[in-house]
Amino acid sequence: MRKRGFSRRDVLKGSTALAATVFASPLRAAPPPAEAITPALIEAAKKEGKLAFYTAMDLAFAQQLAKAFEAKFPGIAVRVERSGAERIFTRIGQEYGANIHSVDVVNTADQAHCIVWKRNDWLAPYLPEDVARHFDKAYYDPDALHVTTRILVSPIAYNTNLVKAEEAPRSFADLLDPKWAGKLVKGHPAYSGTIMNATFQIARDLGWDYLEKLARQRVMQVQSATDTPKKIALGERAVMVDGAGYLVIRSKEEGQPVEIVYPEEGTPLATSPSAVFKAAPNPNAARLFQNWMHGREGQQMIIDAARQYSAHDQAEEKPGVRPLAQIKLMKEDPEGVEKGAEEVKRRYAQIFKV
Amino acid sequence: MTIALPAELAERRASRFDVSLPVLIAFAALLCVLIVLPVSWLVYYGFTVVDPASKARAFTLEHFRTLFTDPDFLDPLLTTVTIAVSSSAICCAVAAPMGWLVARTDLPLTATIRALVTASFVTPPFLGAIAWEILAAPNSGLLNQFYRTITGAGQDEYLLNIYSLPGLIFVISCYTFPYVFVLIANALDRIPGDLEDASAILGADTWMTARKVTIPLALPALVAGALVAFLQAMILFGSPAILALPAGFHTMTTKIWSLFQYPPKPELAAAASLPLLVLTVFLLRAQHFILGRKGYSVVGGKSGDPRLVKLGWAVWPALAFVFCVLMLPVFLPYFALFNAAFSRIATTLISPASATLHNIYFTFFELSSTQVALKNTLILGTLSATIGTLLALVISYVTARKAITGHRVLAFLATAPIAIPGIVLGVGLFLSYTRPPFVLYGTLWILLIAYVTIELPAAYQQLQSAFRAVHPDLEDASRILGATQLQALRHITAPLLRTSVIATWCFIFVSTIRELSAAIMLFTSETKVVSVLIFDLKESGDLGAIAVLGLSMLLITFAVVIFVNRIPGFGVRLRNT
Repeated sequence: MRKRGFSRRDVLKGSTALAATVFASPLRAAPPPAEAITPALIEAAKKEGKLAFYTAMDLAFAQQLAKAFEAKFPGIAVRVERSGAERIFTRIGQEYGANIHSVDVVNTADQAHCIVWKRNDWLAPYLPEDVARHFDKAYYDPDALHVTTRILVSPIAYNTNLVKAEEAPRSFADLLDPKWAGKLVKGHPAYSGTIMNATFQIARDLGWDYLEKLARQRVMQVQSATDTPKKIALGERAVMVDGAGYLVIRSKEEGQPVEIVYPEEGTPLATSPSAVFKAAPNPNAARLFQNWMHGREGQQMIIDAARQYSAHDQAEEKPGVRPLAQIKLMKEDPEGVEKGAEEVKRRYAQIFKV
Repeated sequence: MTIALPAELAERRASRFDVSLPVLIAFAALLCVLIVLPVSWLVYYGFTVVDPASKARAFTLEHFRTLFTDPDFLDPLLTTVTIAVSSSAICCAVAAPMGWLVARTDLPLTATIRALVTASFVTPPFLGAIAWEILAAPNSGLLNQFYRTITGAGQDEYLLNIYSLPGLIFVISCYTFPYVFVLIANALDRIPGDLEDASAILGADTWMTARKVTIPLALPALVAGALVAFLQAMILFGSPAILALPAGFHTMTTKIWSLFQYPPKPELAAAASLPLLVLTVFLLRAQHFILGRKGYSVVGGKSGDPRLVKLGWAVWPALAFVFCVLMLPVFLPYFALFNAAFSRIATTLISPASATLHNIYFTFFELSSTQVALKNTLILGTLSATIGTLLALVISYVTARKAITGHRVLAFLATAPIAIPGIVLGVGLFLSYTRPPFVLYGTLWILLIAYVTIELPAAYQQLQSAFRAVHPDLEDASRILGATQLQALRHITAPLLRTSVIATWCFIFVSTIRELSAAIMLFTSETKVVSVLIFDLKESGDLGAIAVLGLSMLLITFAVVIFVNRIPGFGVRLRNT
């Protein structure tokens, strides 16, 4: 199935996987069979009656998604636990460290988290039927431990009342212009997964000295990638350096004075996977939710309501969002983020003083 | 004492086992567990490191070396000291004249003023900080928009910038000054009028009397107030967590919190907590030393009411000053929250066109954490208040009546938690209760322990003074008639203390529902409380939902405060906590 040249990383990965398989069931190596939403699954999920969904997606959309699920499967209450991906990662780590298993399904904006959870053997293999049929293999784990729920970009954006279109920045380099001093807002990689990936990609492609120069622009620092679009919509700052592009599109469509810029150097990318936990207290409801969320209906909501990108090949694009193929993207590197996250946080804290 | 008990009565007493001693010993043990356990873990973690080879903990001073040499820690430490000193100075500069005006002059509306000070006292500091963000964010803040409208200033000009060190100091002062005000007003209330009369009879004018008599007598309270304000500003987590990040710096409390980000560094967090603990203990000793000398101020016996200074025409500037001050912690922030709750966009002034109930609908019917958080908050508030009051009741009984040997130890243990800042206690409890044999993390119990521990000193102080007012003869009479110590307590003393007990209960309840610093360390997704939910909503900038939750919280708080004030003969008195 996997026809690639062997790199040293693969050998390493292989040996860890081998070590794990010795003790696990021999089926582990092959992906599990695809599963449909069966009446039996719905019945079992309804018996559980609830599930906890830890997510990094914007709260308003997360609740919308939860309500749609609850409407489709009455009797199953979804408790949304929203926070920045890095804080969710910390939270789950703390809870599992104390043997508290309250998360059923997680959706993080930082793929690197899934590497850690997979290594810890915390995730349950589960392959929804639609994922097997309609998702490119790049968008789910070979062991079906996690699936890409949504793909998002972290572009630059500005408030059109405060900045004229012809004066708007076109690139990350433009943001170093003294005229933007005190007018920028930026998310924080220690709280947000999107920002963690964006910061990693910017530091890799433009160098840490770019961020050092940026820090001299008196950048307003907020925690979440979902807060920067709100700050420019309010007019608190003129330009956002990074953050959830989909929220800019959403607020533009609500009539707020904001506009996206896809920077010339490339736009940071974050694919956001979801996973079912092995020790989920509501295993059936968790699987039902995971299955529904990656089906046609859930994925269309990702496009229509959340204004993000879906990996489902039948999901229809809705005009107003520039297709991914037409955006120059920075390259994602979950393994690199997994290894470098601590270093990113440390250097970032040194440069931005928070 | 010399009358022998009738034989029959004596026999009856002997046949009934007096359970008071074991109960009291149990209470002492409980206090030890509450306080000694988390502090021991802090010290242990602060001074040890896991040896990678043997997996055993070895002694080290490395964490402290990092703490006092690494600029990542040194800067927050300096910032914290700057904030504490400035807030303390501002609080004194504002609260001292206000306290004097309210207690010693014929200023009208003093009941209203005291009620408004109570309102700023019960407003959670983090909520105040968020409200001030809506008001004074440099570009979108309502006050700055207003400023630009009336002056025609350009788009980038602003009057106030809340995202700055002075901004943070200002917001902290807003919600710390009630502590100083209450200390000073209470002290001035107590200064007997006779002394001032004597001074006047000896020929001194009003100013001379103030300078030679009133001010020196009130000075200890002012110094104590300054220390309390310093302490509060130093250990506060909520306001810095809201404002310091956008302003681009850390304080000690936010730094300690950030040390729990993945990968968590509990050792460093413990080490960073210890200086706060030591400094707090030191400051409280200083405060005790200063207030302990106040005995000379009240000469004893009953004395006349304080002589009120006639303000004359100065009453108008005085009232203007007081209400201008009270606008900052109460009127303006409450207005901002109200605006954010009912407006589509938090920083757009509400108008018939922009008014909406969407935020309320979203918070109560769509936001799935609301119900859990409200339920947890109410359960914890009720339980903490009940358990805390009971605990404080028994301990203050024991210490007021010197019922067992070692009652001093009990008194010390009951007041000791005052020296443990909320976030430090949070770290200590987290270390104590995430491992066997006590795995309480993830349950409401750990939060309950935190709240009871935090609120115990204030509750104890309130009930202690209430007990002193009930003469022991009444209990002795009941004991002579054959009641056990506990029965005497239940049937004689308790009814006499009813109003104080209810007031203490409400005090703990109100303080519990606004607590954030310990809760932020100890919550899990299922044990979330409203204060933590508001904090989480702040992260993603959902101001509408925050305003709705914040106003609900304030509504519950005011309902409780008003209820207490309705109890005949008793108003909530803020005490030095």
